[in-house]
Amino acid sequence: MVGDTNNTETARLFDLLSSVVDPEIPVLTLQDLGVLRDISIEEGEVKVTITPTYAGCPAIETMRADIEATLAAAGFEQVNVQQKLSPAWTTDWMSQHGRDKLRAYGIAPPDSTACGQSLGQMECPQCKSAKVKLVSEFGSTACKALYQCQDCREPFDYFKCI
Amino acid sequence: MDIRSKALLNYSIALGDDSLMLGHRLSEWCRNGPFLEEDLALTNTSLDFIGRARMFYTYAAEIEDKGRGEDDIAYLRDCREYRNFLINELPIGDFAFTMARQLMVDAFDMGFYAGLTQSRDPMLAGIASKAIKESRYHLRRSEDWIVRLGDGTEESHERTQNAFNELWGYAAEMFEMADDEQLLVDAGIAVDRHVLKTDWTTTLHTVLRQATLKIPKGDWAIGGGREGNHTEHLGFLLAELQFLQRAYPGQQW
Repeated sequence: MVGDTNNTETARLFDLLSSVVDPEIPVLTLQDLGVLRDISIEEGEVKVTITPTYAGCPAIETMRADIEATLAAAGFEQVNVQQKLSPAWTTDWMSQHGRDKLRAYGIAPPDSTACGQSLGQMECPQCKSAKVKLVSEFGSTACKALYQCQDCREPFDYFKCI
Repeated sequence: MDIRSKALLNYSIALGDDSLMLGHRLSEWCRNGPFLEEDLALTNTSLDFIGRARMFYTYAAEIEDKGRGEDDIAYLRDCREYRNFLINELPIGDFAFTMARQLMVDAFDMGFYAGLTQSRDPMLAGIASKAIKESRYHLRRSEDWIVRLGDGTEESHERTQNAFNELWGYAAEMFEMADDEQLLVDAGIAVDRHVLKTDWTTTLHTVLRQATLKIPKGDWAIGGGREGNHTEHLGFLLAELQFLQRAYPGQQW
């Protein structure tokens, strides 16, 4: 059946694109991040749908190029990467696996439950202390804020809940 | 092109112009921020505004359908063709001036983009749903700064008060409708600017009071941006913004 063939093919494409990572946080794949929304094949053309994290995120162009390059290397020549703005990207889409990887990488993951509300039980990714202090609403990239641990004194990035 | 499509095109370009001019001004703080974290914050905010401009211009180019792209709209027009509100093109001034403007614009954007998420136009609603999340962060930061500066030292208080006094009359045009905007409001596409003023005033008064600042006298107002009548500052801004595309047409990174 045509449908089945497509599903197998789509699964293979998702698998293939699981090697594409965020250029600025290379421990996260685009799937972990929730940026990769959909893949479909129509008449030989691979259509990939991505949703940008922030309106001006410069990483989006690199993500697009990496997706095209990965698919081209696997023999897919007709690739169409489209941006979908609505619904807007939210950190709620980040996988649990992705959150664990972020923490291990030294970035406090977004609080999964209370977006926009209190910062919940954020803790220092180094020493796990809950005594943390906001240094700046913006960190090294638009998606992060800068914190410092009051116990181990280590500064760290917090992936903002949005 | 029918009247409504033309109005939608003008609306998208004007919103893009507002975003681009403020984004460009904020980018001028790159490596000039008062300290490293603030430098990063200002330029991150700048990117959010430039990102909005890209989305609005891309949409405008699609509506226009004449082969122009986002870059043509951003880089290849002259002063009188830009439709941004004057407040967005004013030079950065000192840090107090920059943050006072941010508070005024961020407080406006909160109401405006919340309204635009309800637009019947799916593209505008999509851009707004992205922008409103960013504006929430922007506003939190600008409120925080104004309170710190206003309720800070004698000098920071004075500079912040001067900034609001100089800026106050520029707010008025954000609440005025362009000639062809009402028909988009009637169609459920655009936001009625008149209704945003009350909330904006409440926010500004609350923050200024907390910052121990005086509410400036509302006895003057200036406008004209939506008709293409700008301050002398826009030409200098464009000279820098457009230099590369004018000197090397079609050049890309």
